[in-house]
Amino acid sequence: MQIYLPIAEVSVNAFLLLGLGGIVGVLSGMFGVGGGFLMTPLLFFIGIPPAVAVATEANQIVASSFSGVLAHLKRKTVDLRMGTVLLIGGLVGSGLGIILFNYLKALGQVELLVQLCYVVFLGMIGTLMFIESLKAIRKSKKSGGVFVPTRRKHNWVHNLPFKMKFRVSGLYISVIPPLIVGVLVGVLAAIMGVGGGFIMVPAMIYLLGMPTKVVVGTSLFQIIFVTAFTTMLHATTNYTVDIVLAVLLLVGGVVGAQIGTRIGVKMKAEQLRIWLAIMVLAVCGKLAFDLLITPSELFSLGAGGH
Amino acid sequence: MIRLLVLFLLLAAPVKAEEIVLGLSRDEVAITATFQGSEILIFGAIKRDAPIRTDSDLGVIVTVAGPDLPVTVRKKDRRLGIWVNTESVDVDVAPSFYAVATNRPLEEILTFTEDLNTRISTQRAIRSVGATIDNAQSFTEALIRIRSDQGLYLKLPTGVLVQEESLFRTLIPMPANLTEGDYNAEIYLTRGGQIVDLYSTTIPVKKVGLERWLYNLAHENAFLYGLMSLSIAIAAGWGASAVFTLLRR
Repeated sequence: MQIYLPIAEVSVNAFLLLGLGGIVGVLSGMFGVGGGFLMTPLLFFIGIPPAVAVATEANQIVASSFSGVLAHLKRKTVDLRMGTVLLIGGLVGSGLGIILFNYLKALGQVELLVQLCYVVFLGMIGTLMFIESLKAIRKSKKSGGVFVPTRRKHNWVHNLPFKMKFRVSGLYISVIPPLIVGVLVGVLAAIMGVGGGFIMVPAMIYLLGMPTKVVVGTSLFQIIFVTAFTTMLHATTNYTVDIVLAVLLLVGGVVGAQIGTRIGVKMKAEQLRIWLAIMVLAVCGKLAFDLLITPSELFSLGAGGH
Repeated sequence: MIRLLVLFLLLAAPVKAEEIVLGLSRDEVAITATFQGSEILIFGAIKRDAPIRTDSDLGVIVTVAGPDLPVTVRKKDRRLGIWVNTESVDVDVAPSFYAVATNRPLEEILTFTEDLNTRISTQRAIRSVGATIDNAQSFTEALIRIRSDQGLYLKLPTGVLVQEESLFRTLIPMPANLTEGDYNAEIYLTRGGQIVDLYSTTIPVKKVGLERWLYNLAHENAFLYGLMSLSIAIAAGWGASAVFTLLRR
């Protein structure tokens, strides 16, 4: 069934959008990532104008993250205090990110920089996670299946001032590292048009030393507010949020997120991490490949302007 | 439609030897939620005071042009191993949709100078002044190629059917990704490559119903529209969670 999208001004198959929303929703629930880093390129691929895809995706992420966070709240796997600290950083970061984005747009190379950002960050994080989770799986096999997480040793993170108790995470650390993580994720989220979960989740595990159990819920909690903020910014400045597209994606997405959250509970943390790593590396590989091979059409059209 | 035909017959000025009388299958294109593109049937007759000329061939050219918009055409080049946008050309005027239907190949029924004056062919309909790059030509060619692939630029060299030298009809297919605005339909009559008569009319293309409402809201009440989008998202997220909780019991 074809449907005409009023803001994107293209006609697309409604079931295709529902399906895409569903698949990305499952991944979102499983890994605590918004799914934007997968959905945004997929929307480009089916012919949605990039500006509309990025803005609408932000709105859709609000829905799937909200659905996911409710499931996590029930299981008490959301560190609200840590989430709020990350959120404060995130809002500042996304504001900075939009300023940076507009600056790069004026230079005319924003598309390339977005792609390079994807390749670099996805590649780094994917590789890091993949190696770490392989080690963890090997270790748990050696100790007869019972993997006892070793407490993180004291590093520079623990010597900073403004310490705060994060009870749910079982941490007593300075608020500066989570604030910085929030800002960085916010900047990248605004430039790359994603929620930023795929960067925040590893940062929370490896940098802040949060238990994997609460990482997903807390990340989703932060993403809701950052993407809601981004949606409002896009809607009021660029008029690029397509509500019809968003509804179709989120109907699939919220159902998928619920299923995904339940799959995630059944899987071991190390397994979850290795699958996320593989997925991140696959997307990274595809984007890098696109930059390297000779495109079939060397020319592209953009909205005119002098 | 017959009334329209009669009206034009009555209004027809008696100076020209051959004149166009026109009809359209629809006088506007409405974009609804299930819009998948549209077809416009343009038909008409050639009114004559004198007997049919036999000295030169009759040419009928039908053009339909969407609103003119500036476009930037960018070209990728390999830099340090990766493909990067390097050169770009700003095209000042390019119709968002452009169809040329003729009864015979355009070159046969329109002289080069007439084309220069009237800007009928697709190449002429696009204007890029002040392009400073040597191969600016390849950029406008790329623009035509990309838009042709999207079904936005159409060349229908035998798209106009002429019957008995006096009746003509053509079907212009329009894709779903149309830009809103007034579309100009122009019908040219040529003899020996020279234009002998011109008839033009506009076909408005616009969103209607829900599509119109959402589009207006998004542009005129952007804040409200943003809040609406967010509340729908939150409601959908909460709804799915509630439904799944019920299902699990």
